[in-house]
Amino acid sequence: MQEVTTEKKEFTPNIVAFCCNWCSYAGADLAGSSRLTYPANVKIIRVPCSCRVNPTFVLKAFQQGADGVILCGCHPGDCHYVTGNYYTRRRMALLYSFLNYMGIEKERTRVEWVSAAEGARFSAVMNDFVAQVTALGENKRLTDLRVKEGE
Amino acid sequence: MKDVELKMLERAKALLESGEVARVIGWKKGDFCHDPSPASFESVEELDSFVYDYFCGANLSKYLIQMSKKEGKTAVFLKPCDSYSFNQLVKEHRIKRENVYVIAVECLGKLDIEKIKAKGVSFVTGVEVQDKEVKVTTPYGEEVLSKPDVVLTKCATCNKTHQVKDEEIILHERPERDVNRFEEVEKLEAMTEDERFAYWRAQLSKCIRCNACRNVCPACSCVKCVFDNPASGIAAKANDDKFEEQLFHIIRAFHVAGRCTDCGECSRVCPQNIPLHLLNRKFIKDIDGLYGEYQAGETDEGKTPLTSYTEGDAEPNDVFKGEAK
Ligand code: SF4
Ligand code: SF4
Repeated sequence: MQEVTTEKKEFTPNIVAFCCNWCSYAGADLAGSSRLTYPANVKIIRVPCSCRVNPTFVLKAFQQGADGVILCGCHPGDCHYVTGNYYTRRRMALLYSFLNYMGIEKERTRVEWVSAAEGARFSAVMNDFVAQVTALGENKRLTDLRVKEGE
Repeated sequence: MKDVELKMLERAKALLESGEVARVIGWKKGDFCHDPSPASFESVEELDSFVYDYFCGANLSKYLIQMSKKEGKTAVFLKPCDSYSFNQLVKEHRIKRENVYVIAVECLGKLDIEKIKAKGVSFVTGVEVQDKEVKVTTPYGEEVLSKPDVVLTKCATCNKTHQVKDEEIILHERPERDVNRFEEVEKLEAMTEDERFAYWRAQLSKCIRCNACRNVCPACSCVKCVFDNPASGIAAKANDDKFEEQLFHIIRAFHVAGRCTDCGECSRVCPQNIPLHLLNRKFIKDIDGLYGEYQAGETDEGKTPLTSYTEGDAEPNDVFKGEAK
């Protein structure tokens, strides 16, 4: 019983961006005050450090309907708390690899280091990521991971 | 195996009689020959039901979290794979090491009764193992099965050796084998994303959320677990919400990443036969490939891969490029 729609609605993905307060969040601000644009469907969640992002935050974002999750922190070596992002790097490398192992498209997850001075880079990264997720389409996998087809 | 069992019994008796230990943790006979269960023996009389045979697959190390806090010493029998869990628990300060008397015991692989039944052999009354053969006795006659076909999944690729500084050891030399525990993981990695998703969805949809995998896991020993839901009134059994229900397995696998010793208990106890070890082994394989070989529980000190870092660690976006893995 497939619905027949003649008009194809344009897909705008839901993107969740976890941004560190000390760098990328300020980078987003700078992008704004420099009048650089990034898509409005990027929902920024400010965190005190990229290391604050518990893997369940990422999972929850997906489960609640995010189509892509990106995590932005200070460049390695520049963490406000000295070493936070080094732990983030390992944690996210393992988590993203694992999600892909479960069948989640690897294009839906990303980590970028963006400093407070890199407003232009922030805008470029977000535009690129949104384009990448838009091309993939809607995320369904992490919302119905345990529901067998036809049930 | 019989001689090992006798030696163990002898030691258990001596330790209890001399008062050196207050209790011994071992296995006790079940209703059938194939269902011994972990038990604590506090007197020589209780040892009448003591058993150690080819069905004693259970890992006894987790019981020490409680037992080592009791009055008096606790003696425990540890198989090679259990010794890793033991070390890991000591490292995480869950076991009071000074209250434990470890006796390392031999293991040449334990049998899986479900696999024997799947071979069409029921009503098992006894087994005899000779090298690569298992002779099974039933009221309907004898059957000879190939041992590799009926050992527990965790034993099929086990190459573990004893890792605790034991008080004593009862075991025979075991030759190292040429096994690759990552074979199944590699097969999954070689599939497409769609195939992997289909595979895991089919597997995980079978889960009944009995929580047995969590309860048995030595790494899952947090005092307060995210999967406990005291508000439900039926402790530890009710799902909190859809999020937990959907992503239980991923969250659990991540929580034990870098700490899972690959003891295989989770897969052994899962009533739905979900290959949970393939989740843990993915993390183990990635950790080995990205940050250097690491075996949790090899020692009882030092940092774990997720609580350490190097400045040159691989970038998360690059792990898919292949060369890192
Ligand atoms: S996750 Fe499974 S294999 Fe790993 S320590 Fe726990 S029970 Fe053992
Ligand atoms: S033991 Fe198996 S069925 Fe039970 S909760 Fe774990 S995965 Fe689910």
